[in-house]
Amino acid sequence: MADEIRYLNPTKADVKRKKYCRFKKAGIKYVDYKDAEFLKKFLNEQGKILPRRLTGTSLKFQRKVGQAVKRARHLALLPFVTDMLK
Amino acid sequence: MIFLFLRSNYLLIAKYKSVDYKKNILKIICNSQILITFAAQNFNNYINNQILEQKIMLNHYETVFIVTPVLSESQVKETVKKFRNFVTENGGEVVYEDDWGLKKLAYPIQKKSTGFYHLIEFKAEGEFIKKLEIQYRRDERIIRFLTFKMDKHAVEYAEKRRSNKTN
Repeated sequence: MADEIRYLNPTKADVKRKKYCRFKKAGIKYVDYKDAEFLKKFLNEQGKILPRRLTGTSLKFQRKVGQAVKRARHLALLPFVTDMLK
Repeated sequence: MIFLFLRSNYLLIAKYKSVDYKKNILKIICNSQILITFAAQNFNNYINNQILEQKIMLNHYETVFIVTPVLSESQVKETVKKFRNFVTENGGEVVYEDDWGLKKLAYPIQKKSTGFYHLIEFKAEGEFIKKLEIQYRRDERIIRFLTFKMDKHAVEYAEKRRSNKTN
């Protein structure tokens, strides 16, 4: 019993990878609302917009992504509510 | 005389009139082309010319609309033609057009699950958008529309995409 060491938290085996904003990295300046396939990267399975803390998008582009997703939804390119989008 | 000839742009001229009293220059502009230039005394008042020309900058817009799928192919074309003509007749200039064809909607609109998508990119005055959207609302064949004012990045992106497509 005594020789067994137990940790409360799992040991950090893998190093955390730093998140980055894909728009800044790729130099994209405009988020197209017509490109539904691209916008799907920023949605979860229910079609909700993923938060910045998960995608790593900068605030500036998160706003643009949000706006583009909403436009795409209006044009029925993306669903408002769904299941199993991916 | 002037007003007769440009009845649709009556408001525009009225706006400029306040400028020309001071500057002695009046330009009547339609479709971003200068039709008449009036100069009373200061003919080569270059700066004033510039001010006038900046004011008539047309905005770049993009509009997508969905036509109801119950129509036949020719009826859809007619609808598209109606809106294309509506843009050009009201001092707009069609830059690009794209027909996306019959597409499945992500959710039903007016109990329909498909629709004909059509995109028109055009240059026009801001006032025109109101008129266009009224036309959309009045037309039963249009089930959804979106008009988008393009900034310089959007224009750049659209041009790039077009050139990629043709190549």
